[in-house]
Formats: sequence, C-alpha cells, structure tokens
Amino acid sequence: MVAVKETLDQVQTVEKYKFGFVTDIEVDQAPKGLNEDIIRFISKKKDEPSWLLDWRLKAYEHWLGMEEPDWAKVGYPKIDYQDAFYYSAPKSGDDGPETLDDVDPEILETYKKLGIPLHEQEVLAGVKNVAVDAVFDSVSVATTFKEALSKEGIIFCPISEAVKEYPELVRKYLGSVVPYSDNFFATLNSAVFTDGSFVYIPKGVDCPMELSTYFRINASNTGQFERTLIIADEGSKVSYLEGCTAPMRDENQLHAAVVELVLLDDADIKYSTVQNWYPGDENGVGGIYNFVTKRAACRGKNSKVSWTQVETGSAITWKYPSCILQGDNSVGEFYSVAITNNCQQADTGTKMIHLGKNTSSKIIAKGISAGRSQSTYRGLVKMMPKAEEARNYTQCDSLLIGKKCGAHTVPYIESRNQSAKVEHEATTSKIADDQLFYCRQRGISEEDAVALIVNGFCRDVLQELPMEFAVEAQKLVGISLEGSVG
Amino acid sequence: MLEINNLHVNVGETEILKGLNLKINAGEVHAIMGPNGAGKSTLSYVLSGRVGYEVTKGSIIYQGKNLLDMEPEKRAGEGIFLAFQYPVEIPGVSTMNFLKAAVNSVRKYRGKKEFDAMEFLKFVREQTKILNISDDMLKRAVNVGFSGGEKKRAEVLQMAVLDPILAVLDETDSGLDVDALRIVGEGVTALRSSERSMLVITHYQRLLDYIVPDVVHVLASGKIVDTGDKNLALELEKNGYETYSEAAA
Ligand SMILES: Nc1ncnc2c1ncn2[C@@H]1O[C@H](COP(=O)(O)OP(=O)(O)OP(=O)(O)O)[C@@H](O)[C@H]1O
Ligand SMILES: [Mg+2]
Repeated sequence: MVAVKETLDQVQTVEKYKFGFVTDIEVDQAPKGLNEDIIRFISKKKDEPSWLLDWRLKAYEHWLGMEEPDWAKVGYPKIDYQDAFYYSAPKSGDDGPETLDDVDPEILETYKKLGIPLHEQEVLAGVKNVAVDAVFDSVSVATTFKEALSKEGIIFCPISEAVKEYPELVRKYLGSVVPYSDNFFATLNSAVFTDGSFVYIPKGVDCPMELSTYFRINASNTGQFERTLIIADEGSKVSYLEGCTAPMRDENQLHAAVVELVLLDDADIKYSTVQNWYPGDENGVGGIYNFVTKRAACRGKNSKVSWTQVETGSAITWKYPSCILQGDNSVGEFYSVAITNNCQQADTGTKMIHLGKNTSSKIIAKGISAGRSQSTYRGLVKMMPKAEEARNYTQCDSLLIGKKCGAHTVPYIESRNQSAKVEHEATTSKIADDQLFYCRQRGISEEDAVALIVNGFCRDVLQELPMEFAVEAQKLVGISLEGSVG
Repeated sequence: MLEINNLHVNVGETEILKGLNLKINAGEVHAIMGPNGAGKSTLSYVLSGRVGYEVTKGSIIYQGKNLLDMEPEKRAGEGIFLAFQYPVEIPGVSTMNFLKAAVNSVRKYRGKKEFDAMEFLKFVREQTKILNISDDMLKRAVNVGFSGGEKKRAEVLQMAVLDPILAVLDETDSGLDVDALRIVGEGVTALRSSERSMLVITHYQRLLDYIVPDVVHVLASGKIVDTGDKNLALELEKNGYETYSEAAA
C-alpha cells in the first residue's frame, strides 16, 4: 500500500484504457466459422497427436447438443458462433518462433508497450525473476526463463509444446479437473482451444520465481480460447499470475478459457489474475465477453490452493474459480475484487466443494459497482458427507458508487455433514460523502479520493497478490473507476 | 488574510449563519466560543467548502481571492486546513498512506516536489515525535479504532504536515486527557507563525491556556455577538452564554 500515492499520480496521467491499441501484423487465420474441419485445421496447425484431435472432436460433438447457460445475472445479445474466427496467429509464429530473434518486431513492440518483458534481463514492475509466457491471439510467442527453470526440473511452456514434449503428463491430467463435457463454454474450449501455458513442478520443488502468462487478444472478430494446466507434485510450491488485455473495438469478442490446477500431497499453488480485458465504452459498445472456467483439484492431503483475482475489465465476466477439496486437511481460498463501471456486468464467485476430512475454505469477495453496471457475487459452499469437521468462512462486501448501479449476492450453501461449519457475512455500503469530503479537505482530488477509498475497501484482497503485482492492481482500481464520480 | 462579510448560510431550509462578520489578519489566533448548535462547525464547513452548506448572502475573501469559488481540494492547496470535530474513518487505508497522498497532493498544487516514500517517512517522523504518535498508529487505517484522543492528535499531525496558512480547529480539545491536552496544545502553539493564522473553536478555556489567542469571539445563534481579548474566555467560563441569548434574538 506504500505505493498508493505514486499510483494515484500515474492514474492521472494515463488515459482510460491504455491498452486499447491494435498491432498491425500479417496473420494466419482459419476460415470463419466453427465445424469439424476448423477443429481439424487447428489440430493440424499444432501438429497434434490423434488422441488429442479425437478428444477435441468428442467435445465438439457434445457441445452441439448443449444449451448456452442463462442462469447468470448478465444480459447480452445471442452470440453467433459461426461469425467468428477460431484461429489467428501471427504469420511468423506459425510453428512457434525458436528465439526472440524470430519473433515479429511488431509483436515485441506490443509487449514493450504493455510493459511485459520478453527479454530475461528486463524486469517486470520493478522485480526481476518473473518468467513470462506470452500468448498472442491463438499462439504462444515467447516463454522466458525456460532453461533456468528446467534446471530445477520445472516445466513451463506453451501447452501446444507440452502436448508434443510431455504427452504422458498432458494426457493424464488434461480434462481431469474440468472434463470436456463440463459446461457450455468449457466444452467449446475443449474443442477449439489454441494455446495457453503448461506448468509442472516436480516433487519437493519450491519454484524460485513467479510464473506468469500474459494473454493478448489482437485480431478482430477472433475468439481466444486458451487452456492452462498446472500440476504441482507432492510437496511442491508455485505462485502463478495471469494478465490480460485487448484492443478497443466496437464488436464483442469472446474469451472462453479453461484453467485446471492439480495439487498432490502437501502441494501449494497460488494463482493470481489481474484481468483487464477491454471493457467496452461508456455506452456499453464493444468489450470482451469473459466466460471462463477455472478449477483446482486438491487431490493430495494437506494441499493448499489460493485463487486471487482482480477483475476490472471485460464487458461481461462469468467466472467462478473453484476448489475441489478432496485430500484430507486441504485448504481452498478465494480472494476476489470485481470492479464494474459504465455498462459492465460481472457475475463471479467461487465454488468450494469439501470432500475430505478437516478441509477448510475461505472466501473474501469485494464487489465495487459504479456507473450503470451490475455486479453479482455467486458462490457455492458444499459440504459432502465425508467432510468431517470441514469449515468455511465467507465474507462478501459490496460497495456502490452512484445511484444507477447494482450489487447482488447469491450464496448457496449445501451441507451434508453435521460436523461441518459454514459462516457467511455480507455487507453493502456506499462511499460516504463525509469520507470524500475528508479526503478533499486534505487536498486529494475527488477522483483520487475514490481510488484511495476503494483501494482501502479492497485491501484484504489486494494484499494477497504477490507484492510486485499489488502495485499494478492498485493502479488498475483507480483507472477503472475514472469518471465514476461527479 | 481572511475577511467574512455578512455571511448567511442555509443547511437545507434552515438558516444557520445569519449575517456573520469576521476578520483575521496574518499570524493571528482567534478563538470562537459559543453554545451548542450556535453554528461553529457550520462556519468551519463553509470555510472548507463542504457541499450542503449553501451561502445565500455575503462573501468570504481569503488572501484576496473569492474563497467560495473554490473546490475543497483547491482550498486545501491554497492553505485552508480543518481539524474535524468528528474525524472520519477510512477503512483499509493506512494513516501513513493517507498522509502521504494528502501531503503530495498539496505539494503538487503548491508547485513543490513530491516526496518519495523515504523522504516522506523522515518528514513525518519529525512531527510524530512532537505529538507522541507511534509508528503503530500510522500503520492503522485512518481513524479506524482510534480513541477519541488519538483521533484528535492525528488531526493535529495532519495540520503539521500540510503546512496550512489558515488552520481551523473544531473542538480539537474535546476527548483529550490532561497529558494529551498539553501535548496537543503545545504542538499547535509550536505551529504558530507570522504567516499562519488559526481559528480555534472550543468550549473550554483550558485549551486557551496553551494556545493563547489574540482575539476571542462569541458565536451565538448564527452571529458573532461579542469580541474581546483572551480575558473574554475567562469571563465566559464563569458566566456562561445566558447574557447573549437576548442579544442574538
Ligand atoms: N446537515 C445538517 N442538517 C440539518 N441541520 C444541521 C446540519 N448540520 C448542522 N445542522 C444544524 O445547524 C445548527 C448548527 O450546527 P453546528 O454543528 O454548526 O453547531 P456547533 O456550534 O458546532 O455546535 P457544537 O458546539 O455542539 O459542536 C444545529 O442546530 C444543527 O442541528
Ligand atoms: Mg460543532
């Protein structure tokens, strides 16, 4: 929090959505539309083994018979799945650039503008030692620190590469947490996913650096369907971060990702997201539809997974990072800040499924709504019959800015074990006039005061982020609320 | 430095200040005393620009400028500081960060270089020593869980670091124990200078033992009804405000 002031100053100097530029490069695209041939096209582009193509086709078959879900508190015109491209890659990145010298300079420039280091000697947000996998539309364009990590036996590479290099691992775990038939968007992803990151941390290894993936949608009319798979073997530990941006466009673009985490005995994964997809303009034109399935399976005893998310972007967010607490004593945590402004809609929360004995979970969700936006927390806590002495604590706080926005809390609790304990607290508040006046009397402008107060409101969640990203996130909080007062 | 002429102020439909006149020269300390509900805090809010306090008549000229035209943050930049009667809590924002945000905002406004984290820490420590404020308190969220006395000391700390030209202290002595009263009184007195004026609102003479005022006013029913030197405060303490109720009516 020391950086709040620097943050506030920087907030003033940046424009509303500073990541909204387009990179002009030649692309290699699949024909528009979705059918078996497109899936074969993607699979061929990636030079995939036949088991994976079969898996994709099975998913597609299944998807054709599925209905798009409508239970979330979000509204949008019907998506025409035939009116989009499902594969778009920079020309040079056709079969994955070997070194940075092979990467299109325009793309390198893009990441430079975004502040994402693709050269290992560069630093991210003032910190060294962050390994980056950069996914540009449908392909990974660069992964840093691969060699340094491999010395520890850690695998960090694009999933398309893992399919070829480590087929046993991928085949064993892909779809084991989120099966291809899971839900409409996850099933679509299983059929058409293009790239994403793969991480394997071997037994007993504490990953010496932050791992991160940076997703960038650039091409127009293109969906991004990335797939991330992280496996933490016994006694291993890793902190992983993902960030996302996209150009400003009048059309809505679909982002339907799947993230699967597998934790064996005593493993520990901290997964942080700073989601800043283009949110659309003040009138709700354009923006990303962020329909994402994220799930962690704590298979081993004493394993611990922690989801932290700062969701500021996207026109619509539909996302419920979940924990399946199967191993005895396993722990699941969910820390979330969801900010909606203008016409944004967010329906987000988590699911904590307690299967094992003495499992515990904690949910801290902060929703901030401004403008005409709508924000919903939707969460499920489920205590299964064998979850002896399981515990959950849930806290949901909503903050409203202005009179035209809405905040909703929808907690579902299901307990099938007498000894399990579930606690739920919820508050709704407004930024008080006296708080704003107090700040302004001290010389702090109204906009900075809102950023400061909201950052305070989110503190419990922001402090869960790795230090270096907390600063970024604080900035984002301020930027995403610009124009919300006065 | 400050000239208030025939000031009328409404809160909602009710007229609270009814033709108030007040003139403060540079470097002077004025005390305002008066019964509950007289309009003392109202005056402090009008000076600092709080919304909901509507000036229906009269003017406030501050350093030759029309104060009423300025937004609250601009007034702060121009050197107006208000120590609140009821300081406001801001959960999750550490006092240190809040102070830094405030100080750098006014420094920027005044064309001075903003402090980085290290410089600020050094700067603030000089003041916390004088006011007996612990580092621990600076780490806690602004006014959250502060005792009455801690809140008031934190207000004086803010005054010290924001380097005001006109400081309005609204009952900064209420809720203080004897030691804290001395610390605050001496702290404020140390901030007196020929370029800094103060308007000290209080119910009790005891604060004025430390902060000896140049002028004492009585505010009753929305007007200044009496003005004198420091001895007026002593008389008020003895006789109360009875005699003024008719004068005001
Ligand atoms: N927001 C408000 N709405 C309605 N009435 C108000 C409001 N603020 C102040 N008043 C009224 O204006 C009058 C003056 O209030 P003010 O707080 O200025 O008094 P004061 O002199 O500071 O009193 P005290 O010594 O008790 O602090 C009171 O009658 C009060 O009830
Ligand atoms: Mg008062």
